[in-house]
Amino acid sequence: MLMLIGSIIALVGSAFLFLASLGLIRMPDVYNRMQAGTKATTLGSMLVFAGFVLVMPQSWPRLVLLILFIFLTNPLSSHALARSAHIQGVPVGTDRDDLAEANAGIPEGGAQ
Amino acid sequence: MNPIRYRFVLGAVLFVLWIALAWLPSVQEVIVGALVAVAVAALPLPGRDVFGEFPLTVRKIATAIVYLFVFLGAVVRSNLDVAFRVLSPRLPINPGIVRVKTRLKSRLGRLILANSITLTPGTISVAIRDDDIFVHWINVSADDVEASTRKIVSDFERYLEVCFG
Repeated sequence: MLMLIGSIIALVGSAFLFLASLGLIRMPDVYNRMQAGTKATTLGSMLVFAGFVLVMPQSWPRLVLLILFIFLTNPLSSHALARSAHIQGVPVGTDRDDLAEANAGIPEGGAQ
Repeated sequence: MNPIRYRFVLGAVLFVLWIALAWLPSVQEVIVGALVAVAVAALPLPGRDVFGEFPLTVRKIATAIVYLFVFLGAVVRSNLDVAFRVLSPRLPINPGIVRVKTRLKSRLGRLILANSITLTPGTISVAIRDDDIFVHWINVSADDVEASTRKIVSDFERYLEVCFG
């Protein structure tokens, strides 16, 4: 029974991971692809791990550590990607870009 | 936090992490883990002040636990939201980079706030400058700084303010 519930939870998680990869194809520009590719995976991997815990209860401390690790590293890497894309001048795609506006007052190579 | 106590806490955290990784550990693994944890805690490493600024109180710990659940709720909600946007044939997105303001002053508090914003799908912190955080938002639905601050930051900030000032 536990096995069945765990498998269903892991399946739902992998559905989120699938949607994330679908988003990589469907989204129009760098930033939005990152939104889909790096973010929808948070819940996806959490659910997959939660499913594993139900199937293999003795491994729960390791999976809790893995979730913590994702929580600490995922935002750092996606922030670094977004920031470097913006510094490289990748356009946002719409005219709403407060950061470029704020940068306009700062000379080239100024604080980022 | 004074240096001796800091090292004790560091060693204990490392040891607990090791035990969790080695679960269920054998006697050998416990002994080696304890030795290495003590050795690392004895090393004169820099950067020990990050956690020392915040004395622990019951109220802060309780708020941190409530925050964890608020945060998980936000993650689930916005994950569903992004999944819906990806699946929807018309692709209803309205992206842009907006400026929001934070009242948090401490470095650790700001780090956790920016990471929380980035972890909830639909928003990525692109840059922090002074009191402003610049956030890429997949569906911009606010025109000025105050409105976007209310929508993106305020839910998290209420709890983080108690924990980290």
